[in-house]
This record gives sequence, structure tokens and C-alpha cells, in this order.
Amino acid sequence: MSHETTTAGDLRIVEDATCTFCGCVCDDIELKVAGSRIVEAKRACVLGTAWFTNHEIDDQPSCRIEGQPATVEAGVERAAQILADAKYPLVYGLSDTTCEAQRCAVGIADWIGGIVDTTTSVCHGPTGMAFQGVGEVTCTLGEIRNRADFVLFWGANPAESHPRHFIRYSLMPKGMFVPNGRKDRTCVVVDVRKTKSAKAADLLIQIKPRSDFEALWVLRALAQDTPLDAAHVEAATGVPLATWVDLMQRMKHAKFGVIFFGMGLTMTRGKHANMEAVMALTRDMNRYTRFVCKANRGHGNVSGADNVVTWRSGYPFAVNLARGYPRFNPGEYTATDVLARGEADAALILASDPLANFSQPAREHLARIPYIALDPKETPTTRQAAVAFTVATYGINVSGTVYRMDDVPIPLRPAFDSPHPSDQVILERIEQRVRQLLREKASR
Amino acid sequence: MSERFILIPGRTAKQGCGISEGKFGESYQSEINSLQMAPADMQQLGLSSGDRVRLYNEQGEVTVAVYAAKGDELPPGILFIPYGDLSSRLMGGDTHGSGMPTSKGLDVEIEVLPRPPAAS
Repeated sequence: MSHETTTAGDLRIVEDATCTFCGCVCDDIELKVAGSRIVEAKRACVLGTAWFTNHEIDDQPSCRIEGQPATVEAGVERAAQILADAKYPLVYGLSDTTCEAQRCAVGIADWIGGIVDTTTSVCHGPTGMAFQGVGEVTCTLGEIRNRADFVLFWGANPAESHPRHFIRYSLMPKGMFVPNGRKDRTCVVVDVRKTKSAKAADLLIQIKPRSDFEALWVLRALAQDTPLDAAHVEAATGVPLATWVDLMQRMKHAKFGVIFFGMGLTMTRGKHANMEAVMALTRDMNRYTRFVCKANRGHGNVSGADNVVTWRSGYPFAVNLARGYPRFNPGEYTATDVLARGEADAALILASDPLANFSQPAREHLARIPYIALDPKETPTTRQAAVAFTVATYGINVSGTVYRMDDVPIPLRPAFDSPHPSDQVILERIEQRVRQLLREKASR
Repeated sequence: MSERFILIPGRTAKQGCGISEGKFGESYQSEINSLQMAPADMQQLGLSSGDRVRLYNEQGEVTVAVYAAKGDELPPGILFIPYGDLSSRLMGGDTHGSGMPTSKGLDVEIEVLPRPPAAS
């Protein structure tokens, strides 16, 4: 099926292009392409427009070694040497590239006996831990679009982080069982700030900072009809008990409820305990009605990273392959811990920027060890890499598969070719050379 | 003299656009270097938008320009800063066995820095 038509003049139209900036993975974008530049991204949000219109072909070299321009061949050789010689290498990132490239990155980690971890560990890693402890009552965004009449956002601000979330999936659509769209849905936001998303809600419950765990357990108690002390509840959450009782009534009376949660829960006090509480509360609510919960995932293919690492190793992130079989342990094999403790002696950083986003101790150690970075753009991480590859951008120059935040796989429809190689091409070459080097080592 | 606050780093649309425009670009840099504070706290500390403060905790310190949060977006005692290099400098390396550093709800102290003398 063709998704491209040609218009008069030099403009090309790419229909149903897929935006990979955030986990919404909107696949209804119409791109107008002039040569190697996207001049318009119809239906894209502010983030999608910036994504599509700022990935032009630049004159950066495809490879730099120690900051100096180099051939891709030399870069692959140096990268393979670094990884094959390492004793405790880390493969990290993976969330902004195709599943095909992610698959290859896990393969490299396996060959070199390293750790593979993704940006999930510093966004929804605690959610992944809670999946294993409690389980997830879930569904696709399509079901929410067509059925949800009660939508709760907790510690999530999609108005800024996922601007089309409301329009495409959660609030505005006229669905099969919510024919009047927004009028048929009740929207509640629980947050410590009055965010832009709160302005779209029917009700904002503004809790005390770092009291999410207590607030969630208040709701769990109310779901079980457990009597609570009003003074204790208000002291613990900053919100009167009557407000929580009202919320629970709304939840019980919903026909189809959903809790969307964000990093306001995973990054703050409680972390995976907060997430276990969300998932247990969702399970509790199914005694009364249909209720689901979903993480608002940030990066365009972070859900793909979870899926690919899981089907290759059995675990979603924080996987150690040093013994020839996978071991999973967040806190021990997660990238920020391995770096902050000064353990990793080399790294392969794919489609992420830990030198901007990690804690200071982790950043300081990464800056001290040799590492390879692959990114379409110059970042603090690529600037300090021993080997930095400028790669083609997935979804704009590279085809492949990504997973939406609800684990629905979506194909990419690129707009124009890049002179730079894709992540997958570079990784396959590194993998091939690493295997040769390891064979040579073993035969010595 | 310093005052204690709770810092919430988070996403903003402008910060998100800045990632695509380039992390060394002016738009991204100005966004991640802007601290938001409740207007009542600004008044109490004698701050005007654009004044600079030193923000510090046991993990590190940064110097940042402070701006009044719009309307009632922020309650008193809470600060907001878009995710980026500065917010990461105030994060500790310990993840308490979770792999996730405590990245929101950070205790920080604020010291108001003197304004530079007005140009004559």
C-alpha cells in the first residue's frame, strides 16, 4: 500500500507518517517534503512539528573518534575494540530507535557479556517492577478512546508531554460507547501542581508533595470500605477525606475507568511502591466496574525497548548477561547505578543522552570511561564520546517498527533519505566485528 | 540567608521542542535554565523575574534565573524547573535499589544572589 503521492512542483506528500517524538506515536501525520527538508507536518502537535521540521540533513561527519572526523569503518573498528576489551560493559538507551536496531543492541550486549539497560529504568522502571509484583489490568488506547467515561491522570501532564493524548485517545474522541466525546467523560487530575493538564480536567486534587503513596492507599482503603480517620488522611495527603470519598464514588460509578500515570509517581518518594499501589487500586476497582491503568510513556519507542529486551532476554530492562544467561535486578544492573558506583569500564550509548539526564555521580563516571554514542544530533553525550556516530533519524529517514505506549506495533514511513547510516547498520557492523574479535581472543 | 523548598523537575512543551531544535540551542538552554516559583514566595524573598538564585542541596549546586509561575500553577514552597542539565546536578546517585534516582520532590535550599549593579 502506497502512502505517498506527488504534488505539483518539488513538494512531496507523505501520508500517514508516524511521529516518534513521544509515546503517543501518532501515525496520521501528513508531511510536506521539499528535498531533504520537511516544511509542514499536518496534524502534528507542537512537539511533533518541532520533531519533523528540525531534522534536516546537516554537514556533520557520520563518525568522530575522540572528537575528530573519521570514517565509519574506523569508527566501527574502534568501537568494537572498546567493547571487546571491556570487562564490565554497559549497553544503554535504545528508546529512540527502531525495534530492529534495539534487537541488534541486545545481541551486542550478549556477545560481550555486558549489561543492557534502557531509558525505561529512569522513567517507568518502577512501573516495570510493579508489573512483576502486582500485574497490570490494561487495554489498548483504542479501547479507552471508545469506552472510557472516567479518566484519571495521576502525576502526568500530557498537555505538555503528550499534547495529542487528549484529542486522539483519552478525552475528546467520540467513541463507540461515549458518543458525545468529552461530555460523556469525567476527567480528574491528581498532582502537586496545577499543571496545564489540570485546566482540561473537571476536578483537580492537589496533594502534598511526596504523599502519592499515602493518597493511593487512602483510595485502596475506601475501595474496601475501610473506615478512615479524617484528620489523619488530611494530614498525610493535604486533601480532606471527603474529597477522596467523592473521588472513590466517581470511580465506582464509572462504566469504564482508566488511570493514566506519569513520572510524578515513578520519580518521587515511593517509586515502585507507588506503582504497586496504582496497579493494586486498579485491580480493586474491578470488583465494581471495568478499570484499567496505563503508563504515559515518554520516548517514541521506549515501549518497543521493553518489548524487544523482554523477548530477547526474558526481562524488560536492567539485564546482566555477564554469565552467559540473563539476570534481572533493578538497582544493581540499572545503568545509573552501574555508573554511579563506578563499575562499568566501557559503554555503548544508543539514542539517549545520559550525560545530560543522569545523576551527577553517574555522569562523572561515564565521562571517565571510553564509550560509543549513536545519535542523530549533537548532545552532551556525543560530545564526550570516544566514538560518536551521527545516524539517520528513525521515522524521518529510517523505516522499521516502533511500539506505541500501549504496546501496539506501528510501522514507520520515512520522508527522505539521509547520508548518514542508520543505528541498525552501525550496530550490525559493530556486532559483526565484535564477534570476530572475540573469536580471535578465544583462539589465542 | 537561605530558604528551604521542594523542587519538582518536569517536562515542558518548550523543553521538548528544544530537544528537537538542538540541546545547545538558545531555546532549549534558556528553558532548562529557568526556575519557576510561586508569586507569593517571590514576593517574600524580594525577588523579581529574571533575578538569579543559588539552588543547592547535598548533591550539588546550580545558579539559575527565577521567574514567577503563571497564576496559581505552583503552591508556595514548591519550585519547578524543566528537566535538563541543571536539575540533574541536584539528583543523587542512590536509587534505593530501584534503578531510579529520586528525580522529583528534591529538597533544596535557595540563596538569593545580589543583583548586578545597573549599567550607568
